Amino acid sequence: MCPPSSRRPHDYAGPVDQLEPPEPVDVLDESTAQSSGRPPALRPLELVRWTWRQLTSMRTALILLFLLAVASIPGSLIPQQRVDPSAVIAFKTSHPALAPIFDRVGMFTVYSSVWFSAVYLLLMVSLVGCIVPRARVYAKNVGARPPRAPRNLSRFPAYATWRSDEPPAVAAERARRLLEGERRRVETYACDGDVVVSAEKGYLREAGNLLFHVAVLVVLVGVAITGLYGFKGSAAVVTGTGFSNTLTQYDDFTPGSKFDAANLAPFSFTVDDFSVSWQRSGSGIGTPLSFDAHVSVSAHPGATPYPYDLSVNHPLVVDGTSVFLVGHGYAPIVTVRDGKGDVAFSGPVVFLPQDNSFTSFGVIKVPDAAPTQLGFEGYFFPTGALTDSGQPYSAFPDADNPVLSLVAYSGNLGVDSGLPQSVYVLDKTGLKPYTMDNGAPQPLLLRPGKTAKLPGGGGTISFDGYQRWVKLQISRSPGKIVPLLGVLGAIVGLLGSLFVRPRRTWVRVRQESGRTVWEVAALDRASGGDPAAHVEQLATRLGRSGEDESEHR
Amino acid sequence: MTETLAQISNNALYSATVVYALAMVAHIVEWAMARDLTAEAVPRVHALVGAGAPDSPASGQPVPPAPVPSVDDEERSDRFGRIGLSLTVLGVLLLAVGVVARGLAAHRVPWGSMYEFSITGSLTVSVAYLFLVRRYSVRWLGLLVTGFLVTVLGLAVIVLYRPVAPLVPALHSYWLLIHVSAAATAGGAYTVGALASVLYLLRNRLEEKALADPSAPRRGFLWRTPTAEAIDRVAYRIHAFAFPLWTFAVMAGAIWAQYAWGRYWGWDPKEVWAFITWVVYAAYLHARATAGWKGSAAAYVALLGFATFIFNFVGINLYGSGLHSYSGM
Repeated sequence: MCPPSSRRPHDYAGPVDQLEPPEPVDVLDESTAQSSGRPPALRPLELVRWTWRQLTSMRTALILLFLLAVASIPGSLIPQQRVDPSAVIAFKTSHPALAPIFDRVGMFTVYSSVWFSAVYLLLMVSLVGCIVPRARVYAKNVGARPPRAPRNLSRFPAYATWRSDEPPAVAAERARRLLEGERRRVETYACDGDVVVSAEKGYLREAGNLLFHVAVLVVLVGVAITGLYGFKGSAAVVTGTGFSNTLTQYDDFTPGSKFDAANLAPFSFTVDDFSVSWQRSGSGIGTPLSFDAHVSVSAHPGATPYPYDLSVNHPLVVDGTSVFLVGHGYAPIVTVRDGKGDVAFSGPVVFLPQDNSFTSFGVIKVPDAAPTQLGFEGYFFPTGALTDSGQPYSAFPDADNPVLSLVAYSGNLGVDSGLPQSVYVLDKTGLKPYTMDNGAPQPLLLRPGKTAKLPGGGGTISFDGYQRWVKLQISRSPGKIVPLLGVLGAIVGLLGSLFVRPRRTWVRVRQESGRTVWEVAALDRASGGDPAAHVEQLATRLGRSGEDESEHR
Repeated sequence: MTETLAQISNNALYSATVVYALAMVAHIVEWAMARDLTAEAVPRVHALVGAGAPDSPASGQPVPPAPVPSVDDEERSDRFGRIGLSLTVLGVLLLAVGVVARGLAAHRVPWGSMYEFSITGSLTVSVAYLFLVRRYSVRWLGLLVTGFLVTVLGLAVIVLYRPVAPLVPALHSYWLLIHVSAAATAGGAYTVGALASVLYLLRNRLEEKALADPSAPRRGFLWRTPTAEAIDRVAYRIHAFAFPLWTFAVMAGAIWAQYAWGRYWGWDPKEVWAFITWVVYAAYLHARATAGWKGSAAAYVALLGFATFIFNFVGINLYGSGLHSYSGM
């Protein structure tokens, strides 16, 4: 009497019901891979079921993966608001026709756009629709015994047969022990005078598979937590001045939608000193070698400040908020006296570096000047030099020969209009430049300690020296451990799903005209393995000898 | 000292390029000598194919009479194949000397510019290939591998060369070691995997043609490689090795980014393309298990993945902006 199979008939589609052995099953979801076709007659429930099937099919998952890849591309080619806001502004000015269209379809915010979100949300749904039924099947089969042998083992590509004089029972026992010694699950069935030893290994593959796909979801959830509850901001801080962690001190601030500004950690710090060095000779001249900022940190108001060495790859962490040194530049110190001789402005002004030699652009606004407001716009050259045609440029990033080149304006700065203004842009609608006799704007070229007079008694501007400033990125990434654990889980799962190869092996022995006929066959349920080699090896170890009347394909 | 080491590095890399070119020529001769050889004598089929595996369509079918290939041709083809492999081994040694000397000259890992990434990448490709030759007897990849290496090394020494220079501060971190070594190793494996996929596609097309027209002659080098199925299996194993490693490399990059820039993922162009590469190779692994995608379609997906990887290295380094601007170009 043959024991009944513990599995449903389709669970192992052996050569019994088809000529070819079943295709190896590699990743998730073979059952719905074939479910394409037309929707069934429109009964609502069936339509829903059909749609669900389509969505969770492997084919759809594949297409969604490709869509995800394609949808990611524009964000790497077009400047992104969240990555580099100033590049977005520059792009918009140089492509005035394209910008509004791009803006409307979210090309500047690709990774939070509706269409990008739609793709990955569908992918997540597809993933869940895949994992849940597979996990259920796996849980049910976790203790399953190896399946009975198909009737006709010789139809397997990995197959060997030979004869010996060993009694079938002894032969089967030997095969059982051999297979058990290889850490396989083994079951012996007696069936119609045959003895069949069924063995299976590689159950962990599916576990790895499921772990990987669950872990991908964990990563996405972790990223979402960081995105919702975290924030990212930046500030330019001139050396000698301080920063306290409140909204007004940030130059830009991007909070997650669930972030509450009241939760900003109440720390503050002063940038005492910033040192930078460059390669001064040989190849790579002008390459930065090190940046170091020395800061004094107070964890909360009234706390004793402590010193900290803030540098690239060495962030400051206070209360879960991290401060990173991401850039630096020059802030020329100027004193402006107005037409009446009063000091209307004095102090460092942050200029933004434009190139690797730190040619820096900036504006100085003097709203307190009388009788008219004054504005200046121009460049700071840390190592000023002149081109052959007389144009000033910076020859080296360090401040070896600082030169300030400005154009002065008088009139209305527009700062009282109530509209927000960038400190790096001079609104020239209400301003007139000081000009030379030929009508061209009068350039003011200043070295440290020098003062220039504005034409017509408009006032003076003195270039007193310079300070360095540091660009700090300040951020909080709550829940960042979640995606990390997710990725680690995904890697472990991947290793399981890629390197564990489920394999079923059958050894059948039967008495035939006084001799024992052996048959060995194996079937891999994943690609990449070599069941034929396994069968050959097994046959040799089970005692098939060369001169025997063995046959194998 | 630095000067001397840098000079040694340059000389070794020039020599390696020349030796690889000679290896490539040897492999070309190997292919040429095999053009009249039939599929029947299949001397180099490794156990991967297996005694019981469904053999190439060639087996069991009558092979039309060939224009009498001489035994000489067979021997000669094999000899040139062996010469090609020996030269490749020599090339790898020279390349290793070049890369190590470059690192010693710069007092750091040689991963600071596109030139250095190219020579290091060439080394990982070569090592991956030689490992696979030992493990799976993949000498049939010789022509494609040496051709690829000659191209990359040639471009490196001629176009991308930069003198030894210090690292920018952003790279002063041991994460450079972890992140770049994982990415370079995965990249080397992706490259060999892609070349194996190319050979699979060639062989597969041949087999399909032969199925359609069983009387057509089966001659030439491609008939002497393992079956398309066996090549596909090797390609899959290479990709299966590379993909988890690539996942790790991206993760290590994310940890470093959190540490250096305050966010573990910021959609920097380099990150975007690393992600795209990951997604496409994930699609490859899924495609292999999907009806209608198995076989050549999946192989094309693998090649697409490789294209995204190369674009990330070349396109984004040269034309992209962003935080990963270390090409030195």
